[in-house]
Amino acid sequence: MADALEFLPILLQGCWTTVVVALCALTLSTVLGFAWALLRLSPSPWLRRPTIGFITVIRGIPIIVQLFYIYFVFPDIGITLSAFQAGFIGLGLAYSAYQAENFRAGIEAVDPGQIEAAQSLGMGYGRIMRRVILPQAIRTALPPYGNTMIMLLKDSSIASTITVSELTREGQLIASSTFKNMTVFTLVALLYLTMSLPLTYLTHRLEKRYGRK
Amino acid sequence: MITVRHLSKAFGAHRVLDDVSLEIRRGEVVCIIGASGSGKSTFLRCINGLESYDLGELIVDGYVVRKENRDIHAHRGQVGMVFQRFNLFPHRTSLENVMEGPIYVNGVPRATARAEAVALLTKVGLGDKLDAYPASLSGGQQQRVAIARSLAMKPKVMLFDEPTSALDPELVGDVLKVMQQLAKDGMTMVVVTHEMGFAREVADRVLFLDDGRILEQGPPEEVLRTPKHERTRDFLQRVIHAL
Repeated sequence: MADALEFLPILLQGCWTTVVVALCALTLSTVLGFAWALLRLSPSPWLRRPTIGFITVIRGIPIIVQLFYIYFVFPDIGITLSAFQAGFIGLGLAYSAYQAENFRAGIEAVDPGQIEAAQSLGMGYGRIMRRVILPQAIRTALPPYGNTMIMLLKDSSIASTITVSELTREGQLIASSTFKNMTVFTLVALLYLTMSLPLTYLTHRLEKRYGRK
Repeated sequence: MITVRHLSKAFGAHRVLDDVSLEIRRGEVVCIIGASGSGKSTFLRCINGLESYDLGELIVDGYVVRKENRDIHAHRGQVGMVFQRFNLFPHRTSLENVMEGPIYVNGVPRATARAEAVALLTKVGLGDKLDAYPASLSGGQQQRVAIARSLAMKPKVMLFDEPTSALDPELVGDVLKVMQQLAKDGMTMVVVTHEMGFAREVADRVLFLDDGRILEQGPPEEVLRTPKHERTRDFLQRVIHAL
C-alpha cells in the first residue's frame, strides 16, 4: 500500500501523457479519416485509388511497426521527430485508416433517395454533404467512433516502445527498478480502466441513442 | 414549356427510351402510364437532369437539359420532383424540410422562408404538423410535406414519380386532392402514375409508354376508354383487374 502511494504520482504523470497522446492522435485520425472517407467515395479514380491503396497499406502493418518506422527510419530521410510527436502521428495515421472506414460506412448508409431529393432541390455537392448526408451519417458513425476512442486510448500504450513516457512506460520503468511487478502493473491496469470507463459509458449512451432507428 | 425531340437512352443493350418526342405546354397536366420498366421514371428523371440520355434533345423553358451541365443545379431548383418514397430529410421537421431549399439554395431570408413554408404546409392540410419529424407522420402526410417542399422552390414544372404507389390505399386520396388543386392552380405537371381515376379526371393528356416508346397519347377519355393499340388495352385491363 505504501508502495502504491509512492508510485502513484509518477504513474499519474504517465496517465496525463497517455491522455495527451491519445487526444492528439484522436484529433489527427478524425481529420485525416474524414478526408480519406471523402476521397474514397469520390467519383474520380485518381483520388479514389491512391486513397484505397493508402488505407490498405496502413491497415496491413502493425501499429508498433509503423511507430518504429516513423521514429527510427524517418530520421534517415531527413524527418526527425521527438518520441511524443512520432507517437501521436504514428497512432493518428494508423487510426485514420480505421476512422476512414467508419466514416465511409456512415456516409454510405445514407439512403440514396436523400441525395436525389437534395439534388432535385438544386443543391450542389458541398451543400448536400453538409446539410443532408453528414448529419445523417454521423448518427451511424458515432457508436463505432466511441469504440475507436477506447481502442485508441489502450493502443496509446504502444507509444511506450518508442520511449514516450506515458503510463505503460512509466510503469515499466518503476517495475524494472523496484521489482514490485504486482503492485505496479495492477495500478497501471486500474488506471487504464479508470480512463476508459467514462468512454465506455459514453459509447453505450451513443449506441442507445443512435444505434437503432 | 417542355420540348423533347428524339430522346433515346440505353442501359447496355436495353433501350430504356427509344426516340421519344413530345411537347408539353405551360399549365398542361400530362399523365404517363405504362408497365414497370417501360421507361416512365427514366423519362421523368431526364427532365430534371437526374438521369442522362444518349441521343436527342430535351429543352425546358429554353434551357437545354443535360445531366453533365455545370449549371444543372440551377435547373433542378426550378423543377420540382416528388418521389415515390417521399425522401424527406429525416433529421428535420416538416417546416425545416420545406424551408431547406428556399434558404440554402435560393438565399431567401429565414423569416420569409418560414412564412411561406407555413402557408404551403397549411395549404396541403398539415398546418398542425409544422414541428413534426417525418418518422412521426403517415405516408400520406409525408408525401404532402414533400410536395410542399418542392413547391417552396416556386418551380416552373412539377414532376411526380408514382407519388401514391408507396401509400396505404386510404391515404392516397389526400395526396391526389393536393395534386388536383395544384393542377387547377395552373401548374405544369408531369405525373407518372397508376391512378387511372386521377389520370381521367385531372390529366389534359395521357401518354402510354411501352418499351421506351410513346405507343399512344391523347385526351384521357380516348386513351383510357378507347385505346387504339392492343398493348394499351392489355395494360389497362391488367391495371383495372389489379384494382
